[in-house]
Amino acid sequence: MTDQTSPARTPQRLDEVITGGIGTSPLRPDGTLKVRGEFAYSSDLWADGMLWGATLRSPHPYARILSVDTGPALAHPGVSAVLTHQDVPGENIYGLKTADTPALAEDVVRYKGEPVALVAADHPETARRALEKIVVAYEVLEPVTDPERAAHDDTLPALHPGGNVVRYQPIVQGDPDAVADVVVSDVYTLGMQDQAFLGPESGLAIPDEDGGVDLFLATQWLHVDQRQTARALGLPLEKVRFTMSGVGGAFGGREDLSMQIHCCMLALHTGRPVKMVYGREESFYGHVHRHPAKMYYEHGATKDGKLVYIKARMYFDGGAYASKTPVVVSNATSLGTGPYEVPNVRIEGWGLYTNNPPCGAMRGLGAVQPAYAYESQMDKLAKALDMDPVLLRQINAVSEGSTLHTGQVLDSPAPVAELLERLKRLPMPLENRTAPADVRDLPGGISNTTHGEGVVRGVGYSVIIKNVSYAEGADDYSTARVRLEVIGGEPVAMVHTAAAEVGQGLVTVQQQIARTELAVERVNIHPNDTNVGDAGSSSASRQTYVTGGAVKNACEAVRDVLFAKAARRFGERPADLSLVGGKVVSSTTGVIADIADVLGDDVIEETREYHHLRTYELDPVTGQSPRVHVQHAYSAHRAVVDVDTELGLVKVVRLDCAQDVGKAVNPDAVVAQIQGGSTQGLGLAVMEEIQVEGGHIRNPSFTDYLIPTIMDTPPMTIDVIERADPNSPYGVRGVGEPPTISATPAIVNAIRNATGLDLTHTPVGPEHICGPAFARA
Amino acid sequence: MEFLRPSTWDEALAAKAEYPSAVPIAGGTDVMVELNFDRHRPEALIDLNRVPELHTWEIDDDVVRLGASVPYTRIIDHLTDRLPGLSLAAHTVGSPQIRNRGSVGGNLGAASPAGDAHPALLASGGRVEVASVRGTRMIPIDDFYLGVKRNALEEDELILAVHIPSATAPQQFSKIGTRNAMVIAVCSFGIGLHPETGTVRTGIGSAAPTPRRATDAEEFIAAELADAGLWASRGELAASTAQRFGELVAQAASPIDDVRGSAAYRRHALSVMARRTLTWTWNEYRTAGRAAA
Repeated sequence: MTDQTSPARTPQRLDEVITGGIGTSPLRPDGTLKVRGEFAYSSDLWADGMLWGATLRSPHPYARILSVDTGPALAHPGVSAVLTHQDVPGENIYGLKTADTPALAEDVVRYKGEPVALVAADHPETARRALEKIVVAYEVLEPVTDPERAAHDDTLPALHPGGNVVRYQPIVQGDPDAVADVVVSDVYTLGMQDQAFLGPESGLAIPDEDGGVDLFLATQWLHVDQRQTARALGLPLEKVRFTMSGVGGAFGGREDLSMQIHCCMLALHTGRPVKMVYGREESFYGHVHRHPAKMYYEHGATKDGKLVYIKARMYFDGGAYASKTPVVVSNATSLGTGPYEVPNVRIEGWGLYTNNPPCGAMRGLGAVQPAYAYESQMDKLAKALDMDPVLLRQINAVSEGSTLHTGQVLDSPAPVAELLERLKRLPMPLENRTAPADVRDLPGGISNTTHGEGVVRGVGYSVIIKNVSYAEGADDYSTARVRLEVIGGEPVAMVHTAAAEVGQGLVTVQQQIARTELAVERVNIHPNDTNVGDAGSSSASRQTYVTGGAVKNACEAVRDVLFAKAARRFGERPADLSLVGGKVVSSTTGVIADIADVLGDDVIEETREYHHLRTYELDPVTGQSPRVHVQHAYSAHRAVVDVDTELGLVKVVRLDCAQDVGKAVNPDAVVAQIQGGSTQGLGLAVMEEIQVEGGHIRNPSFTDYLIPTIMDTPPMTIDVIERADPNSPYGVRGVGEPPTISATPAIVNAIRNATGLDLTHTPVGPEHICGPAFARA
Repeated sequence: MEFLRPSTWDEALAAKAEYPSAVPIAGGTDVMVELNFDRHRPEALIDLNRVPELHTWEIDDDVVRLGASVPYTRIIDHLTDRLPGLSLAAHTVGSPQIRNRGSVGGNLGAASPAGDAHPALLASGGRVEVASVRGTRMIPIDDFYLGVKRNALEEDELILAVHIPSATAPQQFSKIGTRNAMVIAVCSFGIGLHPETGTVRTGIGSAAPTPRRATDAEEFIAAELADAGLWASRGELAASTAQRFGELVAQAASPIDDVRGSAAYRRHALSVMARRTLTWTWNEYRTAGRAAA
């Protein structure tokens, strides 16, 4: 057993001093390190004497395991352990919403890439060679790969005891048989998108003498990882301690477990530190993706363009395990009208089990898919009405006080029509086809495929709605511990939360809030770990709202203690006191003392939670709910594209965004989130798709799963408006997800505008523009 | 795995003679990917980075002798005038970082049909200078590509340089990828006009087991240009001629369906690229003639 309890290379330390309170844009403390390549990610973790773990994965989408022989692998020199499901110390089951996923497969594998066995060895190469020596006998079964069939065909094998429907949710409002002057319909499909975070799954587990284990890792949610891992390890929570290490992106892909249980199992079994790092190909099999969807939509409107009804049926392929599929179904159905007032609605959503790769959380969860469909429909409807597509959206747009089809009333600003109006007023980029300065400005870019031939321009708009925070009754609170003390004669605040900094800038936001509330210059961020209460996930655009709220609450509690001390000492009333520039100020007598003087040798430490508004489940039959979502967020995009119609290549020329963020706590970071989100949405519009055939991923690499480069990323004008939400701390509204959602349909609408094509699949590839004869086999 | 680090060309050849299965590595932009993906476990690597003559080029009798390890970035920076087709192809290779490391020698050594340099080399013509402890020989580029990732090297041979004629007339290169940079070719096409011989040379990439020329298309366009006296008159090229040229280029390909694109799309895209690049080169040739006149 090692006596080492922390790795030689440390988890992220982000205590470089920044300045500025809320509403300013201090630079990120980790920014320079990351740009220089000096930031320590979880894949850089290291401990003396550590072993390397590796995972044997199923080569089949669906098969029965007949036998596993670990003997030859165990005999391989340098191998310390070979583990199977029989070695899982606790319950061999986990899952975010539904515990249906084995840590290691028992008698059946349900997707290609499912973990079957683990190896720990003295070198990663040795571990990989040993994997090849594990002998698994499979009886290969016919995989279930069509989600729509999985919803309705009872003759298919049930992949889980409850059948293949993870969740069915209808939402019905108004007259289901309403008729309209103008009707448009189509069937839309959306491909499987990958989060494509750059830092692969990795971590370092260190066994402790108390029989427990410390895991250093990159994750989005320490506590949910800890709970699931402890259950599988059969250990109490206090013996399974998780500490955040440098996170190389997440976007939802780190919300489910990957190597957590495995790495801890190997460390506990061998008594030595064990490190696991996935390669890129393994990463494609080792995390969940965005749910592909098939969506039947029908819109009816009056001849003046007022929406009369929407009917929709949506199928979401959850793959082998449930993960966030139930939430995808509720988000998609409850947001499936788009940000529009629609008197009559019938939307049904199915989330299915298949033998395809598991799908779960990804930025814009469950809202990306219907947004592509409903915004395609809005353009189709505008065309049928011969109406300006922006005007059509504006006359149907929700606003504060509108009632959604779930019955929920929008209780805070919803400037949907205004967002579109602001976009419409932005100047248009020049057309520069005849004498391009540079092929990089044209479709095909640097590949030099056109000098203007075949190129047509198009413009497309979209506006979307997304929920913020968890919904349907979830109390996804956050916890913050704030400590105030004098160090070197100066008051210093320390903020300790378990909230994951995944690149979104939370580390800066927490400091800004503490600096604003406590009027101190120096604020340190404690490494994130499970020694403080749950913060919930860095997802659902929720951390600035919820963890920001917890930091604010904890700071206020610290301030109350400080005021009580000051009031006692100086004979003031606490209610008269405030903090300004490191000093305690009385509204009656002016400056009374430095904070440092009031504190002296005392340390004030307070821990507080923030709980958002209570929400309620969707009625299982009607889909009605008094408040299914905590908050809604809105963004709109205008895309300008040039399309080479002969070669089917697209250049996004411009991608402008208008978004209401409530309150921009860090305005530069807000813009950066919108730039990044827009680019991720661009990827889904024109290139990003995991191609799955018979349950097999055909492009598990960044060679063939393409994400936008800077050459694909156009200039963006970003118009941020701030309409405070009275229910949220500082009026903030979630920022990170909406632009990802609205970018995709705006671009596809622009390609439609350029080509006149229907484009019922995204991402749009050359085969969709040049014609079905050119479809990839 | 042995890692051999010769510091001279003779040491490199001796190493290759001793370890015929050794894989030479220079920039590592291809070899390292193969190793990292566990696709290849060579017995030995020969690191050629310390062999000076591989990193230089010289110009002699209107032929560029391009060292095998000269990175694409330097081709773009220094040889665009003489090797415009290869320079255009070099622009499309990977990212700036990859262009700083990758080289034509690596493309030739790997002999992947998707290598970006191949269509440009076929279109300009040239010879590959290879050597072993047994001596040196020149392999015409047309005879270099034998099969999927197979070239004409003997197992003890290494690539020293490529001899490429300086362009006497416009050249073009065009490549299909589904993003605007840093993409492996779905298919690609190179073209070079050779007025001194009255020929047009072509190169097709990523649409057959090997890079290959479209010989029927070349013969067709040579005859068209000769019959109409266009080389001398620098007259306009009929749209129908360019169209036909494109069709013949597409016919010369033997593409497959794969994850990057369908065979049908590859043929279609080749016909479009061939038509467009022929038109660009011919118009440039006409403009150059008018400028000279």
